[in-house]
Amino acid sequence: MTTLFTSDHEWLRIEGDVATIGITDYAQSQLGDVVFVELPKVGRALKKAEAAAVVESVKAASDVYAPISGEVLEVNDALAAEPALVNSDAAGKAWFFKLKIADKGELGGLMDEAAYKAHTA
Amino acid sequence: MLARDAEIPLKRTPLHALHVASGARMVPFAGYHMPVQFPAGVLKEHLHTRAAAGLFDVSHMGQLVLRARSGDTADAALALERLVPQDIVAIAPGRQRYAQLTNESGGILDDLMVANFGEALFLVVNAACKDADEALLRDRLSDTCTIDPLPDRALLALQGPKAEAVLSKLSAGLGEMKFMDAGPREVAGLDCFVSRSGYTGEDGFEISVRAEHAEQLARLLLIDERVLPIGLGARDSLRLEAGLCLCGHDIDTSTTPVEAALEWSIQKSRRRGGARAGGFAGADKILAQLQGGAPCRRVGLRADGRAPVREGAQLFADSASPNPVGKVTSGGFGPSLNAPVAMGYLPAALGGAGAQVFAEVRGQRLPLKVAAMPFVPNTYKR
Repeated sequence: MTTLFTSDHEWLRIEGDVATIGITDYAQSQLGDVVFVELPKVGRALKKAEAAAVVESVKAASDVYAPISGEVLEVNDALAAEPALVNSDAAGKAWFFKLKIADKGELGGLMDEAAYKAHTA
Repeated sequence: MLARDAEIPLKRTPLHALHVASGARMVPFAGYHMPVQFPAGVLKEHLHTRAAAGLFDVSHMGQLVLRARSGDTADAALALERLVPQDIVAIAPGRQRYAQLTNESGGILDDLMVANFGEALFLVVNAACKDADEALLRDRLSDTCTIDPLPDRALLALQGPKAEAVLSKLSAGLGEMKFMDAGPREVAGLDCFVSRSGYTGEDGFEISVRAEHAEQLARLLLIDERVLPIGLGARDSLRLEAGLCLCGHDIDTSTTPVEAALEWSIQKSRRRGGARAGGFAGADKILAQLQGGAPCRRVGLRADGRAPVREGAQLFADSASPNPVGKVTSGGFGPSLNAPVAMGYLPAALGGAGAQVFAEVRGQRLPLKVAAMPFVPNTYKR
């Protein structure tokens, strides 16, 4: 299992040909208290860089972009009932959606944890 | 999603260093470098203000003294009535009133507080408008009044159910003040102007203090464990829940006070048949709307779902029609209601209480209901 990161502060956990995607702890700390999360529909084919989800704080709405292309296999319905999970456990329970990876080549452009740490430093 | 400091130098309030030392996230706002939130975060800051007390730095707002050249404050009040639809003459010494500066087409240039301090009028105006307001006052009122801005004064707001208890430790007799009482008062041995007012829907006070004493006073208030510092983020969600207008968003030069549902602030004496009817900019239009109604009105909106509907979202009469009938001017999440809240403009025929409309958000039509404001009942001490 590998965890990769985007410069837009998303994380991807890669298990076989499935990527679980969420936003990083750094991202949630910048957003502030999350009050609403809108997730993509299961079955939707997402293209890399396409707006896939929306995360809203009291202040503002922010898009979450598909870090890679793929079909949505599953979404985290727990976020609808408890958006604050994004603040309390961004890297764990607050995953957003799972994608069937369309092109493993796209993973090459992503950062590993050390590179992401340097990116947010 | 990250706020970046603007290239142009931002002004700082006298509490800037204290905000930075308190761990505030600072953003540009109306030309000032202001705290949008403190470490507690917008949600906790909002709820704390409604449960205990919050301290707001509103020093970016403009404070002005309007003094009659004749020495009779009634002459300054009469002069100011040329610019606002409110009865200023009737503001008793020690009292304050909400007003709007209007333009020739009846639109709102700015909204403001006007207090009668006996020997002069004291005005508090919005930060973004303060230079234009001062220029307007000078242009129109210099014949009868002197206009003195007070850039050397800070303005602090202490808001919430514990505000009276907290401030009473520093100032005697505050409990006797009622909502919209205002005047010079000593706080912590400092010469201040204190009003029992604010912009959160809560009981509370606004305290004008000389800039060099502002940090000292803020620290005295913050040392009380019932008080948290509150940023602009929670200030916005609190005033939205209270149904209060944000100038430049919910009201502007294209909206009249009647369209903005602020007719409660226009006294009988300035309406048709009143002792001093009209005589302010845009009076023809505003007085006609007071009598015959306005074509569109500012209304409160509650969402059926959980998605916040924000400023700029277009409003539709049904889920399919291609033509918008209005738009949202303020919207977001109301922490005290734990639900989205918004306000916007709708044609009078569509804006009745309970009426359903739809807002377009990310290509979807979300159902909303017209709802009475304030969304959260106010707790002013009348």
